[in-house]
Amino acid sequence: MDARSILRRLLAIPLLAWAVASLAFFLMRAAPGGPFDRERAPASKEVEAALKARYHLDEPLWRQYVRFLAGLAHADLGPSLKYRHHGVNDILAQALPVSMTLGGLAFAAALAIGLPVGMAGAVWRGRWPDWLGALLTMVGVCIPTFVLAPLAVLLFALKLEWLPVAGWSSPTHAILPVLVLGLYFGARVARLFREGLSEVLRSPFIMAARAKGVAPSAILLRHALRPALLPVVSYAGPMLADLLTGSFVVERIFQVPGTGAFFINSFFSRDYPLMVGLVIVYSLLLLVLNLATDMAYRWLDPRIRHA
Amino acid sequence: MQPLPRIPDAPASQAGASRFWASFASLRPLSSVLLLALAALLPSCRPDSRADLILHNGREPETLDPHLLTGQADGRVASALFEGLTRYDPVTGNAIPGLAASWSLSPDGLRYTFQIRTNAAWSDGRPILAEDVVWSFRRAVDPLTGADYASQYFYVENGEAISTGKERDLSKLGVDAVSRSSVVVRLRHPTPFFLELLATRVFAVIPREAVERGGDRWILQPGLPCSGPYTLASWRVNDRIRLRRNPHYWDASNVRAGTIDVLAGDSAHTALNQYLVGDVDFILDKDMFPSELAEALQRRPDFHSYTYLGAYFIRFNTTRKPFDDPRVRKAIAMAIDRTRIVQRITRMGEPPASHLVPQGTGGYQPPMGLGRDPEAARRLLAEAGYPGGNGLRTFEYSYNAESRLHEHIAVEIQSALHDVLGLRMELRPLEWKTYLNNMSRLDYDLMRSSWIGDYNDPNTFLDLFLADGGNNRTGWRDPSYDALIHEANATLDRARRFQLLAQAEAHLLRDAAPIVPLYSYVGFYALDTQRLAGVHPNLLDEHPFWAIHRTRRP
Repeated sequence: MDARSILRRLLAIPLLAWAVASLAFFLMRAAPGGPFDRERAPASKEVEAALKARYHLDEPLWRQYVRFLAGLAHADLGPSLKYRHHGVNDILAQALPVSMTLGGLAFAAALAIGLPVGMAGAVWRGRWPDWLGALLTMVGVCIPTFVLAPLAVLLFALKLEWLPVAGWSSPTHAILPVLVLGLYFGARVARLFREGLSEVLRSPFIMAARAKGVAPSAILLRHALRPALLPVVSYAGPMLADLLTGSFVVERIFQVPGTGAFFINSFFSRDYPLMVGLVIVYSLLLLVLNLATDMAYRWLDPRIRHA
Repeated sequence: MQPLPRIPDAPASQAGASRFWASFASLRPLSSVLLLALAALLPSCRPDSRADLILHNGREPETLDPHLLTGQADGRVASALFEGLTRYDPVTGNAIPGLAASWSLSPDGLRYTFQIRTNAAWSDGRPILAEDVVWSFRRAVDPLTGADYASQYFYVENGEAISTGKERDLSKLGVDAVSRSSVVVRLRHPTPFFLELLATRVFAVIPREAVERGGDRWILQPGLPCSGPYTLASWRVNDRIRLRRNPHYWDASNVRAGTIDVLAGDSAHTALNQYLVGDVDFILDKDMFPSELAEALQRRPDFHSYTYLGAYFIRFNTTRKPFDDPRVRKAIAMAIDRTRIVQRITRMGEPPASHLVPQGTGGYQPPMGLGRDPEAARRLLAEAGYPGGNGLRTFEYSYNAESRLHEHIAVEIQSALHDVLGLRMELRPLEWKTYLNNMSRLDYDLMRSSWIGDYNDPNTFLDLFLADGGNNRTGWRDPSYDALIHEANATLDRARRFQLLAQAEAHLLRDAAPIVPLYSYVGFYALDTQRLAGVHPNLLDEHPFWAIHRTRRP
């Protein structure tokens, strides 16, 4: 990938994000019910009309869309229709750094857990470290976070009382959610890395290196590591986008004030601007990380670089 | 380093170790970028000192504007910030003097004169005056404000006309400042529960200047003047709201906790765990108790349950065949076994109820509705032309799907109607907004419903089914029912009034049956009396923050 094609991809990112956001804008409004439909009917038709007028929901759809685009041009995602004192920008400014901290740490934990375990499995293939790793990663892959998280709370917070149950007001609060997310994704990383590395270690160029008498550690680290990372990298990009924008389950169980809950709740409460704002953030992250993944591919694999 | 398997005779190189680390050099830029990014983000995790009191409030409040809010979570916090002429008694939940020290009522029951306390003050020290009350009331009832609860002002002269846009002049509202500290409220007709209404949030007194200056964000302004026992110190969305005692509150000496953290969270299990380890002193929201732990919770000594002002019932769409026929509706009402529902499904000690108004509401004795009677149910269904359920189409029971409870109850009803009447009922789980939308558009056959009373009087339930009530949502209308309710509410004699209301309720449930009540709600909480005081069970489930306090240091 040369500089031109990277530039082209970079330029396409805002366009793609805009297309996705527009789709979300119209799909959200096609769902039945509106933000101000509640269990209790409003006092009068006039009250309902005034509420809708305040948020321009009484206007034709195309005008609402123009209004949305105009806001977007000023990087203003509009008011939240559910959290009535807060703008979508304010909510994201509060919640995103939290989710990104949790997600970034969990990403680091996933790599820190997954890469050594995967490497051990490939290097000692068929021996006890491989079996142990396979067992642990199978458990990690099969147990969903909504089971793992309560178990972790039960053990470390309720029984041993080492760590807080939930919340987000000190670094110790981050430990359990980071570990739960890290284990969950780390198990996948380990399996991918084990497969990738095993395959590379069997390939002809490694045979050649062995035949030449290159030290085993050098074979592993200098020659095998980079190409073996390819499957991990292709998984890590979308995984990072998921982690950075917050996990609904883990944030809910550990009461972490990130963006995870808003992804679900903003749809159920028909909070159009908040939902669309989140879609924009998520799609931007995903697109940027996909590009980063492709660039990492080139860096890791000379076959792609010279193709 | 262990020799690699399946590479026989590979010589162990001396340089291996140094090359091992050297080979990581290419990864170093990546990891340092990652570390830097994490270091930059860590400050979002910052330690706070523990507040004097930590309350779990359930869902994140949507708004703390007392005039706009509709949720209970919102209301609890708003009541700590803004007070009205009356406030809730922490013990009984009844209305007691708030900003008003005293009042008098004219003999015809139409004119209240309130005396505002001489020491009533905003949190910035300025006095709260009669004109503040008048402005707040006018703002709440102004349709442009968009207050769903403005209907509570319909008892006040011209309240309805203003809210419906028939009267544009806000000063026509029957509320006037007759002096610096006295307010006159003129009612449309005698309203025996008006003092209870005044304690609801939509009658709270809010700071005019700040509201006019701040727009939608007025509540977030630093130094916001508050009329209630607390001020807003900080608010992190979906995390916590910190409240600080208002030193100028008229009753500041009785406000127990200096600072309160009000936590928001969606997970009942997490809330309960936080209570168990002492990170939360009290859980305000009963949805924050996992219903699958009902039995275990009830065995705990700190767990208390009590009657609550709420009713669970089924609505019929009376505009659709065959539910336009009262005989079909009554047959269904008499086929359901309420005892099974409360004993096997809800299990929190809910009283099964064939009546709509919960037992004990405002001292009112509700009449019995249609109890279980399979014989009579089958007879009625046959009379309606569907003997043994023959000829009656398959119909749907709609419910909101986010709670398993509703699903279990739906299944119970489904099997009862099949076994007793031979009816085929299908379940229709709906997402919340679709559920609400279908209900208000009358797009359903049978629908799960519930109602929480707004004030301690049977009218808060019975006026739902007035012909033009926005919350009727059954399509049922009956002038004789409306006449009874209106006559009752114009009656000053309490016993006579309750008699008329009971007559209306009996007519609603026994003759017309557009709804089938299933049970009355219970309130419950976990209160460790060794740790906490100032919380009392009451019908309204109102636990004003100012009275709650820890009895022991952590």
